Amino acid sequence: MIIEEIMNRNVHTMYADQTIADALTLLNRQKIRHIPIVNKEEELVGIISDRDVRDASPSTLDLDPDKALLDSPVSSIMEPDVITAHPLDFVEEISAVFYEQRIGCVPIVEKGRVVGIVTESDMLHTLILLTGAHQPSSHIEIQVENVSGKLAEITSIISKRKVNIISVLVYPNNDDKYKNLVFRVQTMNPMGIIQDITDHGHKVLWPNMPGVTE
Amino acid sequence: MTKKQDAVFIYSPELLQYKFHDQHPFNQIRIQLTYELLKELDCLDDEEIVSPRLASDEDIALIHDTAYIEAVKKAGQGELPEHIASNYGLGTEDTPVFSNMHEASALMVGGTLTAVDYVMEGKANHALNLGGGLHHGFRGKASGFCIYNDSSIAIEYMRKKYGARVLYVDTDAHHGDGVQWAFYEDPDVCTLSIHETGRYLFPGTGNITEKGQGKGYGFSFNVPVDAFTEDESWMKVYETAIHEVAEYFKPDVILTQNGADAHYYDPLTHLSVSMESYRFVPKVAHELAHKYCDGRWIAVGGGGYDIWRVVPRAWALIWLEMKQKHVSGNLPKNWLDRWQKQAPLTLSPSWEDPENLYPAIPRKQEITEKNYQTLTKALYQIRSHKNASF
Ligand SMILES: [Zn+2]
Ligand SMILES: [Zn+2]
Repeated sequence: MIIEEIMNRNVHTMYADQTIADALTLLNRQKIRHIPIVNKEEELVGIISDRDVRDASPSTLDLDPDKALLDSPVSSIMEPDVITAHPLDFVEEISAVFYEQRIGCVPIVEKGRVVGIVTESDMLHTLILLTGAHQPSSHIEIQVENVSGKLAEITSIISKRKVNIISVLVYPNNDDKYKNLVFRVQTMNPMGIIQDITDHGHKVLWPNMPGVTE
Repeated sequence: MTKKQDAVFIYSPELLQYKFHDQHPFNQIRIQLTYELLKELDCLDDEEIVSPRLASDEDIALIHDTAYIEAVKKAGQGELPEHIASNYGLGTEDTPVFSNMHEASALMVGGTLTAVDYVMEGKANHALNLGGGLHHGFRGKASGFCIYNDSSIAIEYMRKKYGARVLYVDTDAHHGDGVQWAFYEDPDVCTLSIHETGRYLFPGTGNITEKGQGKGYGFSFNVPVDAFTEDESWMKVYETAIHEVAEYFKPDVILTQNGADAHYYDPLTHLSVSMESYRFVPKVAHELAHKYCDGRWIAVGGGGYDIWRVVPRAWALIWLEMKQKHVSGNLPKNWLDRWQKQAPLTLSPSWEDPENLYPAIPRKQEITEKNYQTLTKALYQIRSHKNASF
């Protein structure tokens, strides 16, 4: 999956010489948390977050608010080093960037111009879709030998029960001899499938007792 | 004018026609088992029994798409091609097609509407329809053994006909997804679902972060508890949540969904709840109905797949709570003798489960602690709202 498929194309940007007060209004009105800052050529030059703006705004408890601060340009508080991505980047790669850089959003830039934005919660939502947790389904976790053909073996057991598979994940096991398969299957009653899988000599990790690792 | 009844019990042998096939885990013989258990106890009088009416297409369309209703009708006549049926979630492992499935489902919905009318017209304080509680049904799709969502229909019916603000409380082990999504943007319907975490269990939703949307934000509550949760923690979570939500929302009527599949014996779920919880759950709902709703309480059934040992006892306890009758010790011998002949397992002989129902749960303390944290997060908004108003 590529970023283009999940990015929000409706991006609210500001010019570097607009004021912090303008930024405050935009953040509140659009209920957003980040604003990419562009120059007159619409090229990305920085980014500000709701926290940058809040830190710069005078406290509402302050009796003599420093108006000058609110009138300063956003360029005075923006972060000029922006981590960006391209519409053709892979979602999996960019999710790693969110994790490693601990950032809340990534502007998507093509030929210097901002064409979209992806926030941390967009990313999380996409990962939820990828793991199939958004459709009514049950979760089954199976440990299989780390040799070819095991995934096919399990899916054919499931298809014999005429149950639709919503998603499949393959995880490494702590022991190299095995790997773990995680299925979300579209049934409220996975008991028959679990029985069949066990009968074929595989170990079902879930459903199982908590803290029981053997 | 006839005297107002304390409670009515919706029943007709025809409710058993909601039946997929003999091997399917959802089996409405549970209702007959419960009915006969109460009869044997001499706690259910004939004048307390009311037949369910048949819900009209108009009633069902309060929630469901007409195209879906037509598909269910056709499926029940054997006239719906398989590939079209599957678009509607019909003809699957979970909801196979059966003859006259529309009529059987409409009667089940009608039972819940009959219960609603008895309570809302002031003919009874409480009403019980054990055939209802099919909380997974969606507007245009069958899911998780549920065709029509009687609870969603009943709630919309109460909104339209009586203008009532409804609190829906769901203690089935599975998340009450169908009802939650139907009223996700409605601030006059508050849904509270306590269930085993959807991390592994069907349907997967019911996270604490699902709180409603738009005007309905803050009117959906979810408390997903960990697998292997036991009575003490289950009851604590339930009692705290229902008390605080009822106080916050101040409903006109309470509709409880009483799935009995959180029990340790239930084959489809992984909780470790015993009959003690099934005595406690209706007791608290009953108290709150009198405290906030002038008694108006409608209870429906739901899941429950240990149909022999668990469901009849658990569901009988709802009726006995409505009637303020206490039972303990042995079940009626006649009932045990009659049904033991058919049951594939040894029936539970007494109202209480034995002390050693299951082996000790490892990590019990951690599970209890985690559930408590989940509860705190689920109720965070109510509590901060309450503190702010002082
Ligand atoms: Zn259930
Ligand atoms: Zn009462």
